[in-house]
Amino acid sequence: MRYIRPLSIEDAVGELAKAVGPAAILAGGSDLLVRMKGGFIEPELIVDIKAISGLADITETADGFRIGAAVPCAVLGENKAVRKAWPGVVEAANLIGSKQVQGRCTITGNLCNASPAADSVPALVAAAAKAVVAGPSGKRTIAVESVPTGPGRTSLAKGEIIEAILLDKRPEHAGDAYLRFIPRTEMDIAVVSAGVNLTLDDKGAIKTARVALGAAAPTVLLVEEAGQVLVGSKLDEGTLERLAKICSGACRPIDDKRGTIEFRRKVAGVLAQRAAAIAYKRAGGK
Amino acid sequence: MNFDPRYSGRNFSSVGTRPIRPDGIDKVTGRARYGADFNMAGQLVGRILRSPHAHAVIKKIDTSKAEKLAGVKAVITAKDLPDLTDGDAAMYDILDNSMARKKALYDGHAVAAVAAIDARIARQALKLIEVDYEVLPHVTDVDEAAHHHAPLINDQIFTEGLEEKPAKPSNVTKRTQFGHGDVHKGFAQADFIVERSFKTEQTHQGYIEPHACVASVNPDGTADLWVCTQGHFVYRQHCAQLLGLEASKLRVTSSEIGGGFGGKTHVWAEPVALALSRKAGRPVKLVMTRDEVFRASGPTSATSIDVKIGAKKDGTITAAEATLRYSCGPYPGSWAEIGAMTAFACYKLENVKTVGYEVLVNRPKTAAYRAPSAPMAAFAVESAVDELAHELGMNAVDFRIKNAAQEGTRASYGPVYGPIGIGPTLEAAKNHPHMKAPLKMNQGRGMACGFWFNFGGQTCTDLNIGMDGSVSLAVGTVDVGGSRASLSLVAAEELGIDYSQVKAIVADTSSLGYNDMTDGSRGTFSSSMATISAARNAIKVLRDRAAQMWDIPVDDVTWEKGHAIAKGEKYGNLSPLSLKDIAAKSGTTGGPIAGHSELVADGAGVSFATHICDIEVDPETGATRVIRYTVVQDAGKAVHPTYVEGQYQGGAAQGIGWALNEEYIYGKDGRLQNPGFLDYRIPVCSDLPMIDTQILEIPNPNHPYGVRGVGETSIVPPLAAIANAVSNAVGVRMTHIPMSPPRILAALDAEREG
Repeated sequence: MRYIRPLSIEDAVGELAKAVGPAAILAGGSDLLVRMKGGFIEPELIVDIKAISGLADITETADGFRIGAAVPCAVLGENKAVRKAWPGVVEAANLIGSKQVQGRCTITGNLCNASPAADSVPALVAAAAKAVVAGPSGKRTIAVESVPTGPGRTSLAKGEIIEAILLDKRPEHAGDAYLRFIPRTEMDIAVVSAGVNLTLDDKGAIKTARVALGAAAPTVLLVEEAGQVLVGSKLDEGTLERLAKICSGACRPIDDKRGTIEFRRKVAGVLAQRAAAIAYKRAGGK
Repeated sequence: MNFDPRYSGRNFSSVGTRPIRPDGIDKVTGRARYGADFNMAGQLVGRILRSPHAHAVIKKIDTSKAEKLAGVKAVITAKDLPDLTDGDAAMYDILDNSMARKKALYDGHAVAAVAAIDARIARQALKLIEVDYEVLPHVTDVDEAAHHHAPLINDQIFTEGLEEKPAKPSNVTKRTQFGHGDVHKGFAQADFIVERSFKTEQTHQGYIEPHACVASVNPDGTADLWVCTQGHFVYRQHCAQLLGLEASKLRVTSSEIGGGFGGKTHVWAEPVALALSRKAGRPVKLVMTRDEVFRASGPTSATSIDVKIGAKKDGTITAAEATLRYSCGPYPGSWAEIGAMTAFACYKLENVKTVGYEVLVNRPKTAAYRAPSAPMAAFAVESAVDELAHELGMNAVDFRIKNAAQEGTRASYGPVYGPIGIGPTLEAAKNHPHMKAPLKMNQGRGMACGFWFNFGGQTCTDLNIGMDGSVSLAVGTVDVGGSRASLSLVAAEELGIDYSQVKAIVADTSSLGYNDMTDGSRGTFSSSMATISAARNAIKVLRDRAAQMWDIPVDDVTWEKGHAIAKGEKYGNLSPLSLKDIAAKSGTTGGPIAGHSELVADGAGVSFATHICDIEVDPETGATRVIRYTVVQDAGKAVHPTYVEGQYQGGAAQGIGWALNEEYIYGKDGRLQNPGFLDYRIPVCSDLPMIDTQILEIPNPNHPYGVRGVGETSIVPPLAAIANAVSNAVGVRMTHIPMSPPRILAALDAEREG
C-alpha cells in the first residue's frame, strides 16, 4: 500500500488517474479507515488531500460559501457565517458519528461515501448545494444530488476529486432544517431523514421550497412535488398533511436491520413536517 | 472446618463504607492489563475461519495453500483437536463449538484457524483455506424450530422429560415442569383471567472487551494461558480436558476484565489458541473481533412464552401457569428450565405450574447473561400481572403486595423461603416519591418485580500478613464487579485494621485451590465468607504469637480492634499488641503469619428487586425516552454501597437496552445482519437518565455479615417494568421485546385502525 500527501489538486488528480490498483481518497478517514480495518477494502494507493492548498478552508464569496473538501464537520460547525446562513446543513453535518468523529469527518467525504443514510447529504440537496469536481480534463461544477448513483457508488470518473462544496448566499427570509430518526440519542445512523429548505415572501408565504429525504431510497431523494406543495402556503395543517403524504409516497425504502418499509414511509412524512416547521420558523415565518 | 457462617448481627466499622476502588488508578491511566495486553516474545497472531452458512455439512477442508504461505506457522482444523471427551456430552459440545467437526451449525461457527507472524499474513492465510460445504436448510426462530416440520439440527436428539420416549428426533431437547397445587381448580375459582403470549429477541451481554488470550504450550506438556475470563479455574479444567493436558500443568492467569455478564463463563477461542500454539511450537495470541464476538460467543436465548394468571375480585391470585420456549443455539441447554423456575418466584401461590422447552436453533450457543433466563420470564409474568391488576381495578403495587411471597412461602420452584425481600422492596417502591411524581402527556409509568436465586460454591482464599503489618489477600474468584474492594473491606473488618492496609489480588490457578467462576452473584458472597474464615485463622496465629511474646497461655489472649489483648487482672500491665507489632516479630516467633481457607459457601440468600420507570413515547414515530428510573433491591448487607449501587444501575441499564432496542437480527439466509455496535444498539450514555437506587438490607441468615449476591437481580425487572410503562403510555399492551420504534409504531397503527 502506498500513501501520498500531494500539495496540489493537479498532483492528486494525476496520481489517481494513473493508479493501477484500487485507490482511495483520504480526508477525515472516518469511513475509509473503518472499512480498511474491517477488511472490506484493501487500497493500493491512498491519496491524502488534507495538505492541498485551500482544501481545508471555508471561504465566503460574492455568491455564497465555498467549503473545502478537507474541512472537518466540527470546523464547519464553528463557522458563524455558515451557521447563520445554513443552520440545517450545519446541524446535519454535526450529527455524523460522535464528537470525536466530527473532528475528522467532512461533508465531501459524507457525500462521496454515497450512503443513502448519509446525514449531511439530504440537507445539502435541500440547500441546492453544488460540488466542484477536479479531474484529468479540468474542473466542472455539478449538483450534489448527481454525485451518488447508488449505495457506495458515485458518478465521479477515475481521477476525479470533489475539491469543494458550494452553498448559495441567502436572501432575506430563508431557513433550512434537517431531522433524522435514530432509535438512540446519538452515535447512530439515520433510519430515515428529511431536509427542508425554504424562502418566504414579504407576507410570510413560502416562495421557494426544496425537500430531500435520506435512507428512503438507494440514493438521497429530492422530492420536487413536496417542495411544490409548500409553495404559496404558510404551513397550514392541510399543507403539512399533503407534505407528509407526498413524502411517504415518494419513498422507495427497504426492510432491513434498521427499520421496516412501513416505518420509513410513515416517519419520512413526520420528519418532513417537523423539519418544514423548523425551517419556516428560522425563515421568520409565524 | 469449624467455621461458623451464621449471621451474627455485629456492628461494622469498615463494611458499609465507600473507600475509593483499588483498581481505579490502573484503569483510568490505561495501565490495567486486559486480555489483549499480554504479550510474549515470539508470539504469533491467531485468526479463525468461520462458517458463512447457518447450517452446512463440512465435506472437505483443504489447508495446503494456506500452509505454504510464507509466515504461516500453523493451520488447524477439528482434526487437531481430537475428541478426548470420553462420552461427556456437554464437553463434546464445547469441543464442537470451539471448532466444527462435521457440520457448521451457525453463521460464525469456527471451521479452521491459523497462526502467522503477523495479522496481515494470518488474514491472507484464511482466504487460502478452501472449505467445501453442503448447505442444509436452517432454522433460527425459536417457534419455527420447535415445529415438527423444522429442519433437524441434530438427528440424535430426542426430547427428554416426556412421559414416553418419542419415536422421532426433535429440535426440542428437553421438557421440564415445576409447580404445585392444581391450576385447573385454581382457574375455576378465578373471577378474572389474563392470558397472553410474549416474545423476546436474542440479546448479547455487550461487554466492551472482546475475548482475548495468549496461549503458550510447551513440548513437555506444560502450558500457560493468559486470558480474560470470569473463571480461570473453569477455563483450566475445560481446556486441559479438551487438549489432553494435566490440569495442574496448565497455569491460567486471568486478566482484568472489561465486562463479562456471564459471557466469559465459557471457553470459545481459548482451546483453539492452545491447539495453535501446540502445533506451531510458539506462543499464540488470539483476539476476537467485535464481529466474531457477536457471531460466535454466547448470547442469551430468544424466547416465546405463554402466561395465564387468574385472580379473585379481592385480588388474590388463584392460579398461575406459564409455558416457556427458550432457544439454546445448536447444543442442548437448560435455559427454559431456569426461566420456568424463576417465572413466579415472587409470588405466594396455591396453584402454579410452569413448563419449559429447550429448543435448538442455528444460532450461536446460548450462554449465561446476568440472571440468565429470568428477565424474559419476568417480562411475560409481570406484564400479565400488571394487566390483571388493571382488570381488577387494583393498584399495580397493592396487587403485588397482596400476593407477594413471604418467609415460609413455598416457592413455585420448590423450596420454602427464609427471610426474603420481595415484600419490603414493594413497600419501599410504594412509598417512593417516584410513585407519586406527576406524568406529562405521552408518558407512562411501569413497575415490575424480579427474583434471582444467587449461588455460593467452592472457594479458596489465602491471607498473608507482611512483616510491616500490611495484608495481602489472594482470591480465586475473578473480580468482575468490585470484589477486590469489598473483600479488602471484609478483611479489614475482621482483623480490625484499616482498609488501606489490605491489598487484594486475583491469584492464578497454580497459586490457590479450585474456585468456582464468578457467576450466580457469588463473587463477594462466597469470597467474603472465605476471607472471614481466612482472617479468623490468621487471628488464631496472631494470638498464638502474642502469647509467645508475652509468654502467657494463648487462651488468655483475645483479639479486639486489631490488637491482641491479655485478658484478666493479672496481665494489667501488658499493653495491647497491634497486628503490626506482632508482624514485626514474626521472624522470631515462628515465621510468616497467614490464614488460609477453603470452603463451599452454602446458603446464598435469594434476592428480590422492584423497579419503577417512566417512559415517554412519541406517538408519531414510536421513539421512546426513559424519563426516570428507580431500583429498589435487597442486598442483605451492602459491603461497599457504591459498588452495590453500580450493580443496580448496571443491570437496569442493560435491561433498558434489551427492552428497547437490542436484538440479534437474522436474514433469511440465516446470517446475522448486525454484528457490530452500530446496528446492535446498546444504550449510549445520553440515552439513560440517572438511575436512582435504594438499597434494602434484609440480612441473609447464612452469612456472618448477612451478605446476599447483588449482581444479577437488577436485570430481571427492567424488561417488564419498561413494557408496562410503554403500554401505559400508549394504551396498547406491548408483547414483543425489544420495543423498538418500528414495533411500537406498528402496534399503535394496528390499534388506531382497530
